[in-house]
Amino acid sequence: MSNEAILHGSEVSTHEAHHDGHGEHHHHETFISKYVFSMDHKMIAKQFLITGIIWAILGGLMSVLFRLQLGFPDATFPWLENILGHWAKGGKIQPEFYYALVTMHGTVLVFFVLTAGLSGTFANFLIPLQIGARDMASPFMNMLSYWFFFMSSVVMVSSLFIQTGPASGGWTSYPPLSALGDASLGSKTGMDLWLISMALFVVSSLLGGLNYISTILNMRTKGMSMTRLPLTIWALFFTAVLGVLSFPVLLSGFILLLFDRHAGTSFYLSDIFLASTQKALPNEGGSAILYQHLFWFLGHPEVYIILLPAMGMVSEVMSTNARKPIFGYMAMVGSIFAITILAFLVWAHHMFVTGLNPFLGSFFVLLTLLIAVPSAIKVFNWLTTLWRGNIRFTPAMLFAIGFVSLFISGGLTGIWLGNSSLDIHLHDTYFVIAHFHIVMGVASFFGMFCGVYHWFPKMYGRYLNNTMGYIHFWITIVGAYLIFWPMHYEGLAGMPRRYLDYSGWASFNQFGGLNHFISIVSMIVFAVQLLFVFNFFYSIFKGRRVKTENPWGSNTLEWTTPIHPGHGNWVGEIPEVHRWAYDYGKDGREFISQTEPISANESEHH
Amino acid sequence: MSMSAFFIIAVLLLGFLIVFQIAKASEYVAVLKGEKKTFEQNNRINGFLLLAFLILGLVGVYWCNALLKPKILGEAASDHGQKIDQMLYITLIITGIVFVLTQVLLFWFAFKYQYKENRKAFYFPHNNKLELIWTVIPAITLTILVGFGLYYWFKITGDAPKDALVVEITGKQFAWVYRYPGKDNTFGKKYYKNINEAQSNQLGLLWDDPASHDDIVTTEALYIVKGQPVKLVINSRDVVHDVGLSHFRMKMDAVPGTPTTMWFTPLYTTEEMKEKTNNPNFEYEISCDQMCGKGHYSMKGIIKVVSQSDFILWRAKQKPNYVQAFPEKSPSAATPAPAADSTKSAKPAADSAATAKK
Ligand code: HEM
Ligand SMILES: [Cu+2]
Ligand SMILES: [Cu+2]
Repeated sequence: MSNEAILHGSEVSTHEAHHDGHGEHHHHETFISKYVFSMDHKMIAKQFLITGIIWAILGGLMSVLFRLQLGFPDATFPWLENILGHWAKGGKIQPEFYYALVTMHGTVLVFFVLTAGLSGTFANFLIPLQIGARDMASPFMNMLSYWFFFMSSVVMVSSLFIQTGPASGGWTSYPPLSALGDASLGSKTGMDLWLISMALFVVSSLLGGLNYISTILNMRTKGMSMTRLPLTIWALFFTAVLGVLSFPVLLSGFILLLFDRHAGTSFYLSDIFLASTQKALPNEGGSAILYQHLFWFLGHPEVYIILLPAMGMVSEVMSTNARKPIFGYMAMVGSIFAITILAFLVWAHHMFVTGLNPFLGSFFVLLTLLIAVPSAIKVFNWLTTLWRGNIRFTPAMLFAIGFVSLFISGGLTGIWLGNSSLDIHLHDTYFVIAHFHIVMGVASFFGMFCGVYHWFPKMYGRYLNNTMGYIHFWITIVGAYLIFWPMHYEGLAGMPRRYLDYSGWASFNQFGGLNHFISIVSMIVFAVQLLFVFNFFYSIFKGRRVKTENPWGSNTLEWTTPIHPGHGNWVGEIPEVHRWAYDYGKDGREFISQTEPISANESEHH
Repeated sequence: MSMSAFFIIAVLLLGFLIVFQIAKASEYVAVLKGEKKTFEQNNRINGFLLLAFLILGLVGVYWCNALLKPKILGEAASDHGQKIDQMLYITLIITGIVFVLTQVLLFWFAFKYQYKENRKAFYFPHNNKLELIWTVIPAITLTILVGFGLYYWFKITGDAPKDALVVEITGKQFAWVYRYPGKDNTFGKKYYKNINEAQSNQLGLLWDDPASHDDIVTTEALYIVKGQPVKLVINSRDVVHDVGLSHFRMKMDAVPGTPTTMWFTPLYTTEEMKEKTNNPNFEYEISCDQMCGKGHYSMKGIIKVVSQSDFILWRAKQKPNYVQAFPEKSPSAATPAPAADSTKSAKPAADSAATAKK
């Protein structure tokens, strides 16, 4: 405690002195400093969110295009040629472009939307507000974090317009394919731009992550001990830890790849003869598998970087709207912690069939299936949180419930894939596509929607339209299951991923009708996401106004700020915290804010 | 076509407009009716929908299974495949039970405990006993699954039996090349810098090594023998590929510079599968399962599982790669090469026949 007091004391003297005067608009703000190079965490959060939304639309659109090919392999769409030129010669998406689309779709959604768009938005928005700080530890680094992300985005977008097209080796970009321009068009300039963009992205993510960690550790308000933090903050904290420890490894893998591409090194290359040039390459002794180790050392933690913030927000929203404490707070924290540790120890489950030593593989089986234990704990705790609650189905709450459903469905198939003997059959089939889209893609999107619907009033002082929210939720959850559930069967038949046409395959062409169906549903679901985007932008300007500081009856600190908090968040002193975040329904009271002191006749705390 | 594109866009826009009008109107209605009343009504509707979703969802899962199960590939065609299918069923049963249980609880609780004016939420922050139970039970269940899984895993990835037929398979953009050791039962040495497609040396065999002279290299199909274990030595000539054998439930990457292996025993000949599947065009296909470039989706190979006698017959008909590369150097350039070969050295031929037996 004393340590914390010291830290806090010093924070008060430096940080708060800064904000002498406490007026809401004490800085002289210009348009540039307020909306562009802003150092207000709330504005940076909105920048991340809106950039993320734009990327999500682009990434989604790409999937619509390649689903068009998958669902209608024999059809031609002349209008595609009008838009895409030679990439859609004769109205048919060309193989190189199909692979470019798939690659961009994966990269954009995994990194730009569900990492930057999700963590960037909610870590920035919620950390200072929920721990009781006026801003991030380093608002300047925070600003840089966004602008590195922006630069990364610009580079990635530019790669769409070059002659040889963007990278096309899959979001995992395995060498030698990604190392050799002669092996694939997308491995020419497009791949360099991809690597540069990703390097900038890593910088952005590290700047953000270090900031989130130091803010959470050092800048909590008085009384906000670590065990009183809302679960959102715990989740965002471990997310940042995962990123800070694993992104540098990815970067090192990328740098070696750049060397192999341009400096004649042989980290990943050996014994290669290219048919396109009819030449043997001089490289010998490299290991293509080394890259996969480096990649998945980030790649697996990355999936939890995407998932944990969603879990945190779902916990928070679920407790608030069930009007009941989150069940097993310490177990929830413990399981996030366990997931974080284990996330670093399972990467080779993506590599069971690369020739990995089977004995080594068996350890990865054990550790992988171990992750299911903390995951199961979380699910049961969410279920118990609902049990005997008094549940309000706001759109945010519906997305939280949907998240749990998807997490169960996709987590269980992880148990299939984590068992190496089953993975022999299922690896790189549509079963994997189904698994990770349900558990990571859709589930994390649900976490993100849950967060947006819940905190929109705090972000903009207005509500999103409820009716559109309900329509959005119901069509999305039904659609998501219709799209991804049947894919398990395709995977069980061994149908490989990353094929653009199955009609030449006796083993897989029986799924033509199903692919057709999936494509149609995915277009409908995409259209409904546009409805959400419309709702979002419309409501910023025209939504119903928020009239009270605490519209959801929440305990956490962000709802003690003014409806339109200025830079610095609270007018006057930062409130002191006296209890955990989950006193809902205690002693017959709907909710008890964290700022309310424990009264003498209150029943025993949890 | 672009007409219909416009049409679709018009319909979409119209749909948006209608939804938007309804959404807007419902906000006004909410103001008129009172927020509380609107909230209660919305809550009831969504609570009901959650329950409906659960029921229809479970029916849908059942229906989807009935519809699609016949489309997956039927019985596994290798011994390892049968083990994997067993493992698959064990896992399906366990995860299936958990799936139904947890989804039912989730949506049922949501429905059952929806907001009621005079319901009080139960303050229940934690319970060590419960939490212990749902830590221990998953842990035990997963231990069982790991146990079964690793038992099969080590069987499948263990050393191939001594009598296995060894075949080399090499991936290249975008085809498969198969190599048999020939009569001497040893693969000749090769080096990738020797690859020369113009001179019929796709794999870079070293002709200085006499063991290479009878190696058979073909792209036609991978011939293997029903009931005899086959060990594949897997190579790649350029990028990472993957030998995917969905009927056998087997798969292994082809990595340039690092040979990998896998083995299994095929249980049914191609002909038998034609009958089993009622499909006169049935073939065992090799699908490339690792992204390898623009032709990845079409990188197909064919496996012919044949009887032992058919296999010997087939092999006898193959010209060694050496003979294809140097027709003039063939010891019997005048007579047809295969015939000459089959009489060339009686002893190694007998050897390989012996290994070919089970
Ligand atoms: C119960 C826990 C889980 C287990 C045991 C598990 C296991 C696995 C395994 C073994 C694979 C590799 C499959 C293959 O390529 O053959 C895999 C793929 C994947 N998993 Fe999971 N998983 C679990 C949960 C998750 C979660 C929570 C996420 C994300 C939030 C996730 C995201 C992914 C992704 C993105 C891939 C595919 C990557 C790619 O190849 O492109 N998984 N999972
Ligand atoms: Cu993983
Ligand atoms: Cu391939």
